Amino acid sequence: MSEFTQLMVSGVFTGMLYALLALGFVVVVKGSGVINFSQGEVVVLGAFVVSWLLTDVGVPFWLGVPATVVVMMVVGAGIERFALRPLQNESMLALVMATIALGSIIRGLVPMIWGDGLRSIPSLIDQRRYEWFGISIPTITFWSAVMVLILLVAFGFFFSRSRLGLAMQAVSDDRVAAQSLGINIRLVNAVSWAMAGGIAALAGYVWGSLLGVDSRLVVLGALIFPVVILGGLESILGAVIGGIVVGLVESFSAGYLNDDLGAGFSTVAPLIMLLLVLFVRPYGLFGRPEIERV
Amino acid sequence: METGRFHEKYAEEIAVYGTPYRRIWILAVLAVTFVVVPLVASPYWLVVLTLVGIAAVGATGLNVLVGYAGQISLGHAAFAAVGAYTSGLLVSRADAPFWVAIPTAMVAAGVFSLIFGLASLRVKGLYLAIATLAAQYIVQWILSSWTWITGGFQGIVIFEPIQVGPLDTTTPTGKYLMVFIALALVVMFVENLMRSRSGRAMIAVRDQDIAAAGSAVSPLRYKLLAFFISSAIAGLSGVLYGYNAGLVSTEVFTLALSVQYLAMILVGGLGSIPGSLLGAAFITMLPIWLRDLLPAVGIELSASVEVHLLTMLFGVAILLFLVLEPRGLYGLFRNVKDYFRMWPFSY
Repeated sequence: MSEFTQLMVSGVFTGMLYALLALGFVVVVKGSGVINFSQGEVVVLGAFVVSWLLTDVGVPFWLGVPATVVVMMVVGAGIERFALRPLQNESMLALVMATIALGSIIRGLVPMIWGDGLRSIPSLIDQRRYEWFGISIPTITFWSAVMVLILLVAFGFFFSRSRLGLAMQAVSDDRVAAQSLGINIRLVNAVSWAMAGGIAALAGYVWGSLLGVDSRLVVLGALIFPVVILGGLESILGAVIGGIVVGLVESFSAGYLNDDLGAGFSTVAPLIMLLLVLFVRPYGLFGRPEIERV
Repeated sequence: METGRFHEKYAEEIAVYGTPYRRIWILAVLAVTFVVVPLVASPYWLVVLTLVGIAAVGATGLNVLVGYAGQISLGHAAFAAVGAYTSGLLVSRADAPFWVAIPTAMVAAGVFSLIFGLASLRVKGLYLAIATLAAQYIVQWILSSWTWITGGFQGIVIFEPIQVGPLDTTTPTGKYLMVFIALALVVMFVENLMRSRSGRAMIAVRDQDIAAAGSAVSPLRYKLLAFFISSAIAGLSGVLYGYNAGLVSTEVFTLALSVQYLAMILVGGLGSIPGSLLGAAFITMLPIWLRDLLPAVGIELSASVEVHLLTMLFGVAILLFLVLEPRGLYGLFRNVKDYFRMWPFSY
């Protein structure tokens, strides 16, 4: 029983970190409607930038993380400006292909700049674990999950209350109608990609602290999809719920199934769940059900 | 004065030999491929051309899906792996002859891909890309952790060479002939597919799925058909890889290879067979050019940096062609050709 609760609690906390990964994806879908296959790579880039700033350059933590967020926001806006804006009147196929290409570029570029070795991020919080009622949680996971909750609430308010947030949703809903109402589509697209970059910086910091900074972190990019397919491609609440479910699936399969089905099954289990969700409920739990079947 | 070629009858639209010259061209290409090159080319070039041919098989297959049916697959390396392992294991464990093993492998790759196609193609949009990304990771995991399938260290499966009459795949010429016979069959099949109802249905679904459905063309059925054919051909390309290299291991069929296939068809030209071939040649030759040209300008790269540089360049190539020439190298060729055909009265 205690193993069960332990797995459940750590699954929920890890799930919050998956929600952070997915949030960057959701913001792009909300702002431009593009299915972004490069978010995982952007997160890896963020992890490398923050680790480079904190260790090689020696910037203190309180400056290094915000600086990374700013750098990655610029990177995000740059991606929008130079890779996606030239394609803005092309088909969705071209846009998605462009994000796949971007992913490949970043996957090649990062180890060319920083080498193949494993890097680390000096931790602000020491590497203890919290022990409550016999359940242990790494401190970094705990505080990251708290940060993610705050972020998610903030983004929830941004999209439902602020003018820009509503404009972004309008653009993803119907570009032409939004444009005819005077919404600056280019601004909206640039803002959504910049946000995705900033979120990727935070995700890179958190996941880099947890797993070490390494180009193998790109696997995280594939784990974004189970989260957003389950939650609904453009729902922030969905990203939270989807993240927690993926965290639980991963945690339980690591605890109970890895021995029977082979090592590493816990990484694949969310992807199998993704297929099942596509079969049953392709628009996810909180997506717009008007998704078209053909 | 010719202003262009205009089709007045449907028969002209689907004619293989659209102009009298095409018959001569096709015969010339066949003669060069199957007679001149094997006699003239050095072993080095035979090896390079064999690699180009294997890539061209996969790229032609992927182009059926992306170019004609308008869906993206990020899992073609995985389907190639399914094909390669099916045929390799059938031959090595069940002693099946290659002419049984190869078609079985293609069907296996196609059927396996349908799991992912059925999950995602019922919905409008590019969900297939997501499902096939999952396929890529799932297959890589199966290959590396289910050792009872792949057998031992790094899942190495040995391919027995094919020896039938003059065709002997232990020699570079034999490998070259095997690959290009397969490529010729694939090209012929895809060319004819596109002249048929099914091919036109795929294009209709890509361009206007609602209109297609209104004309009694089921979008799901034709997207699935395109995906099945495309994955089966990817499986064939995996088999050819195995026979050419003599063995397959789990290291080969990575996500990077899937992206490489996408780069081939985007660089070559979406929805065109000559484009697939040109793109396959370009992307396969790129590492060779890099190896030859960079030291010439005084840049020495270590092997690992070279891999990363290539990964980056494939992405750059996709992006550049998307933005600058979406019709790819074949589109560029057509532009040049049209310019001279219309000259001096181009419009």
